[in-house]
Amino acid sequence: MSTSTITSVETGLPIRVTPVDEVSLEARASSLATRSIKTTSKRAALNLSIRCIDLTTLEGADTPEKVASLCQKAKRPDPANVDVPQVAAVCVYPEMVEHAVEATKGSGVKVASVAGAFPSGLSTLDARTADIADAVRRGADEIDIVLNRSAFLAGDEKRAFEEIVASKEACGEVHLKVILEVGELGSYDKIRQASMLAMAAGADFIKTSTGKISQASSLPRMLCMAEAVRDFTYHTNIPVGIKAAGGIRTAKQAWHYLVVIAETLGTDWLNPERFRIGASSLLNDVLLQLKHLDSGYYSGPDYVTVD
Amino acid sequence: METSASKDSSAIEDFGIDYAPAIESTSLLNIKEKYGLFIDGDFLDSSSSNSFKTLDPSTEKPLSEISEASSADIDKAVKAARNAYEKYWMTMSGAVRARYLFRIARHLQERSREFAVLETLDGGKPIKESRDVDLPLAAAHFFYHAGWADKLDYAFPQRKVEPHGVVGQIIPWNFPLLMASWKLAPALACGNTVVLKPAETTPLTALLLAEVIKDVDLPPGVINIVTGAGETGSALVEHPDVDKLAFTGSTEVGKLIQRSAVKRNLPLTLELGGKAPHVIFEDAALDQAIEGVINGIFFNQGHVCCAGSRLLVQESIADHFIDRLQKRIELLRVGNPLDKNTDIGAINSKAQLERIDQLVKAGVEEGAEVYKPSCSLPEKGYWYPPTVLTGVQQSHRVAREEIFGPVLVVQTFRTPEEALEKANNTPYGLSAGIWTEKGSLIHWMAARMRAGVIWANTFNKFDPTSPFGGYKESGFGREGGMHGLAPYLKTKRKRSQ
Repeated sequence: MSTSTITSVETGLPIRVTPVDEVSLEARASSLATRSIKTTSKRAALNLSIRCIDLTTLEGADTPEKVASLCQKAKRPDPANVDVPQVAAVCVYPEMVEHAVEATKGSGVKVASVAGAFPSGLSTLDARTADIADAVRRGADEIDIVLNRSAFLAGDEKRAFEEIVASKEACGEVHLKVILEVGELGSYDKIRQASMLAMAAGADFIKTSTGKISQASSLPRMLCMAEAVRDFTYHTNIPVGIKAAGGIRTAKQAWHYLVVIAETLGTDWLNPERFRIGASSLLNDVLLQLKHLDSGYYSGPDYVTVD
Repeated sequence: METSASKDSSAIEDFGIDYAPAIESTSLLNIKEKYGLFIDGDFLDSSSSNSFKTLDPSTEKPLSEISEASSADIDKAVKAARNAYEKYWMTMSGAVRARYLFRIARHLQERSREFAVLETLDGGKPIKESRDVDLPLAAAHFFYHAGWADKLDYAFPQRKVEPHGVVGQIIPWNFPLLMASWKLAPALACGNTVVLKPAETTPLTALLLAEVIKDVDLPPGVINIVTGAGETGSALVEHPDVDKLAFTGSTEVGKLIQRSAVKRNLPLTLELGGKAPHVIFEDAALDQAIEGVINGIFFNQGHVCCAGSRLLVQESIADHFIDRLQKRIELLRVGNPLDKNTDIGAINSKAQLERIDQLVKAGVEEGAEVYKPSCSLPEKGYWYPPTVLTGVQQSHRVAREEIFGPVLVVQTFRTPEEALEKANNTPYGLSAGIWTEKGSLIHWMAARMRAGVIWANTFNKFDPTSPFGGYKESGFGREGGMHGLAPYLKTKRKRSQ
């Protein structure tokens, strides 16, 4: 593809959207994955991973009880160790928002809700913005919507852009995360374009995946998005956040992501205001690794709570 | 920053890019106090009993005492190689020769960590490079050429091929084991025997390779390793019973060798210096291009003959690109080469450090602007920070001479024609890089660039299947691939019946 430009709604200035070289991007990602994170860095990475987690449950079978359990885990991941920090947020369906708000009240753990016909995004714009407004009304602090891939991939970038602008309006002051569903985009060029489009349309965060399809986040895809964020911030001075979701299950994977963020966007991004990991099973692996650092031995899965 | 919170033992230390040390252990190593010369399958003392020290350039600590081969020792080594050629190697079938090469390759893989740590210790390069580049490639060269040993007739159809006999090989200090493998594997595959001289600052991995050679039961004398500096090299070059010479190193020394070889009509391969242009067009994948430029010049501290040392960036993106490049350089981690997270290690020797420093000073005097990141350097050892020189003109010394260090010079261009003219306007011609998303422009440039290796949208990628070598003062002859076999063989036309 050749270079094109996109105009940010906030600055009104055009920004070049540069192409992505697949081979070199993947080589860079695997080189970053060889960083050796040991001792104090490992502990810091584990703690930061926890602080950046959006502890997620997005199942048809979710119940208020399950959400309450998740919120308890979010506030106090390791009942035996008060030094373990709480996670950034819990991420639930709109129907569960009120339960989550109730269960996290006063804790500092935020409530994020998916909205806007998640995970396909294929309902009318009116229905989607109403869904967003409803989740906001129920008390969500953050809204995760999906990019309209159908419009974007068909070449109707204008429509995809305007829908994000409308979604942002429906959010009001509430933070908007736009899920690109990178596994459906087909190339790094498209991931880069979608990232720039979402940021230019006003996304506070861009997010890799819904977690609902098999192709989810990967280190090169995250690197591709992080480079887009770096470029967008370079030109607009707007520090957009970034969220990886889907398939991140081990502590080691999590610190690979932290390394990619640190060495692409800098340490200003190493906090929950600018970086999140959407995950459900990751937290327990991080807790096991922390226990190992403290004790020198690995405990089993029965030494962390299954929520 | 000392805050009250950080005094609290339970406070969480911030995760940042100052990763905690992750030092590769040296416990696998068994460096001897003194090394002899590896001649005729055994370690011998040098006839002169002269020796020199090899240092760890990151600490200046001596690692070992190395014998210096005199001309009498060179004679002994050449005789051993001649004897091995006539007695074993010449008559051995290609398939049997291949077996030895495969064995060496496997031993290198099995002992790769030991070799990598030793390479880093003796040469100063980051462990992640010796571990992920030097060692896998060294083994790959033996594997690849082992495959050719019994197929030489197919490589040169309608020709009868035969080895030269005894080959003298002199290799540099930037990729000590890799260059040894790069030279030994094709020479042996083609049926030659070898006297190899490693560089005087980095002899240890070649001497460890000598142990491997013993372990695989290679017939004595097929590979001889003689250590020493310029005089030793010169004795090897001048020896009357050497049938072919191959040299990798500086253009200056290469010219001397050529003068000597040409008098005797001796077959010669030279792989010399470079001043490679790295051309970035405005439509390039810029984030990857920046990584490519970083890798192009800072890989192995810039001690790379094919390093992308002259950045040519299109005017329309130049300011943005240079700004981004400077920000990126801030993130490079310079320090202990044994730390697995080190990006840039130590300069190989004091002499090289002085040369880099002197050339950069000359650049500044001629009007170049210097950019160096804020990183701190260790006090002991030989160190030079990653450096970018902007405002460089085509006539500046830093734009013309090979610096062979972590120093990038930046120039701009407006049109592809101007890029091409500047790229080719150098006495060197080893490699070049092009970054653009436009395929036709890659072909247009590549067809006109006078360089032996041209990388498009990547840089410093090596593979034993791909021929490597230069134009102009970067040398002649190719190493690697089918083309790399030819310099190690005499070919005669077969009469067709």
